[in-house]
Amino acid sequence: MFTVPEFSTLQAAIGRATEAEVLRALNSDHPGLDGLAALLSPAAEPHLGAMAKRSGIITSQRFGRTIQVYAPLYLSSFCANRCAYCGFSAVNTIERRVLTFEEAESEAMILHQRGFSHLLLVSGEAPAKLGVDYLEEMALRLRGRFAALSIEVQPLSIEEYARLFRAGITSVAVYQETYDRDMYQQVHLGGPKADFDYRLESPARVAAAGMREVGIGALLGLSDWRAEGLALGLHLAWLRKHYWRTGLTVSFPRLRPAQGEFKPLQPVSERNLSQMIFALRMFDPDVGLYLSTREEGRYRDGMIGLGPTRYSAGSCTAPGGYGQESAGAEQFEVGDNRSLAEVSAAIQKKGFDPVRKDWDAVFQVQGDRQQAA
Amino acid sequence: MLTIAGRKFRSRLFGGTGKFSSPEVMKEALEASGCEMVTVALRRIDLNNPADDIMSVLDRDRYLFLPNTSGARDAAEAIRLARLARASGGGEWLKLEVTPDPRTLLPDPIETLKATEELVKEGFKVLPYMNADPILALRLQDAGAVAVMPLGSPIGTNQGVLTRFQVEIIISQAQVPVIVDAGLGAPSHVAEAMEMGADAVLVNTAIAVAGDPVRMARAFAMAVEAGRIAYEAGLGAVSKDAAASSPEDGLGFLR
Amino acid sequence: MKVFCNGQEQELTPGARVTDCLNTLGLDPLSVVVECDGKILTREEYASHELQDGSVLELIRFVGGG
Repeated sequence: MFTVPEFSTLQAAIGRATEAEVLRALNSDHPGLDGLAALLSPAAEPHLGAMAKRSGIITSQRFGRTIQVYAPLYLSSFCANRCAYCGFSAVNTIERRVLTFEEAESEAMILHQRGFSHLLLVSGEAPAKLGVDYLEEMALRLRGRFAALSIEVQPLSIEEYARLFRAGITSVAVYQETYDRDMYQQVHLGGPKADFDYRLESPARVAAAGMREVGIGALLGLSDWRAEGLALGLHLAWLRKHYWRTGLTVSFPRLRPAQGEFKPLQPVSERNLSQMIFALRMFDPDVGLYLSTREEGRYRDGMIGLGPTRYSAGSCTAPGGYGQESAGAEQFEVGDNRSLAEVSAAIQKKGFDPVRKDWDAVFQVQGDRQQAA
Repeated sequence: MLTIAGRKFRSRLFGGTGKFSSPEVMKEALEASGCEMVTVALRRIDLNNPADDIMSVLDRDRYLFLPNTSGARDAAEAIRLARLARASGGGEWLKLEVTPDPRTLLPDPIETLKATEELVKEGFKVLPYMNADPILALRLQDAGAVAVMPLGSPIGTNQGVLTRFQVEIIISQAQVPVIVDAGLGAPSHVAEAMEMGADAVLVNTAIAVAGDPVRMARAFAMAVEAGRIAYEAGLGAVSKDAAASSPEDGLGFLR
Repeated sequence: MKVFCNGQEQELTPGARVTDCLNTLGLDPLSVVVECDGKILTREEYASHELQDGSVLELIRFVGGG
């Protein structure tokens, strides 16, 4: 079982790091956890340029000059959890919506027409409104038209993940939000998500169920971002050891002061975010790194080639929002509003290839509609 | 302290018992090496020479005998040898060697995996000798091998760790001890293997055919220790092209 | 009766056990592994297992090896 040390222990390890250790990590092929701690520390800040260069070299060796593009498809804003930072929190009085199968398919077809081949299906946690049956049905309906379907929903059991895999879901994102147990309890005030350990164990269940990929991440700004980075490194190393066949990705959702009513308790600057991305790239050369539309276009364009490998585009975080102008409450405010065409052009302008289709469902042995019932 | 399948070893050098000029030289050299585990092979007794029992000079209380399945060309032959080894009182420990090509003596990955799966089920502590293939190492561990033994270079060639790149990957991914075996021809080779992070090494030919096997055994023992201490002490980095104080070119977009 | 030991013919009295065979050959039972007609025998069976005419014995011991 994966366990994470006390957050203060992680912070202490980072606090102890010296410039000598930063230099060693920069010059090593295997910086290890010690190296990661050093690269996340304040001592590494003067070396951001070198970190960017090294991160870029490693990224191009492992991923080529490519950025994979995808779109989120929000299926439901119903949620039983009371997370202090989220637009869908149960305590918020917003218009709640769950898409019917037809509505969801129609949203998906809009994205298909725009050119997306990878979708991330997102929902709040309200199994009565949207449970595994619903997701299974959506997977079966969509898998013929999309190369890869991911989900970002409430933690499920191994059997449920296996069922969804057979139906056509290829990867699962489940972010710990914060690896700081104390902070976690403070911001997850109620609902099933309040269980820190169950959530922490979820990526392992995803991998055990046979999913091709699992995505982890922390919501930056809840607690000390440096320690979150070290915790993510620990989580990656554990998953690599125990589930070596499973692909891994990390996402970096960052709370921004201008967005929403929840203010980040420990603001994370763009420099901080970049340092974290570069450090994790050096620590784990093969991990996919997501930079979503929370970030501004200027920042995302600047980071092309320096570490991130997956970009969303034209995102709408309200269920039904692709088809309708005023679709109701968003989960978070988008920072980069550009369309897929615009983001693709920006990627190409930097000399990179925007990859719309990186995996084909025909290669994956999946269950039939009948078997999946 | 090195632990393999629950057993502790003070020395990270394992010895082989083949190719020595005499049982007495073998005995003295192995003593000089400080090793605590030695490989032995299984062969038909020469009925014309029944008293020729090379192993009788070795103290079974001092050395853990690790029977190997050398000679086996496929999984079935290896499994038969393994069962014979166990019946001889060799315990459950087994160095699995499946080498169908007598010229190169390179291990067959498919037969090795098959035999490992079967022998683990029969309760053996399997240490498979393998080419330095990282995926094979993962598969063998998943199958229950208690260690993996990637080769440095083909048996007897004394070329050192030609498989350095792959062995590094194996070490970084391993959940069981990694014992670099075969082709280690000089003390510098074993030091290199240990500096990489190998848990142990096995040396036979280089000691057995040295001009002075006893002194050579001592040299190897010292090199294993030196390499291990260096690894634990944290080796300095080899310089890469990322100069530490690069200007922040290309980061002008940050706000 | 005739038995085969490591491919060589050996004459033994009828009813002979494995231990008798080993003694004839000058082998210490403790240092030998015996396979009789494809079956590995335990040490206890050396004294009890009766050999038949035409039995095929493989007598194996540990030797030096890498």
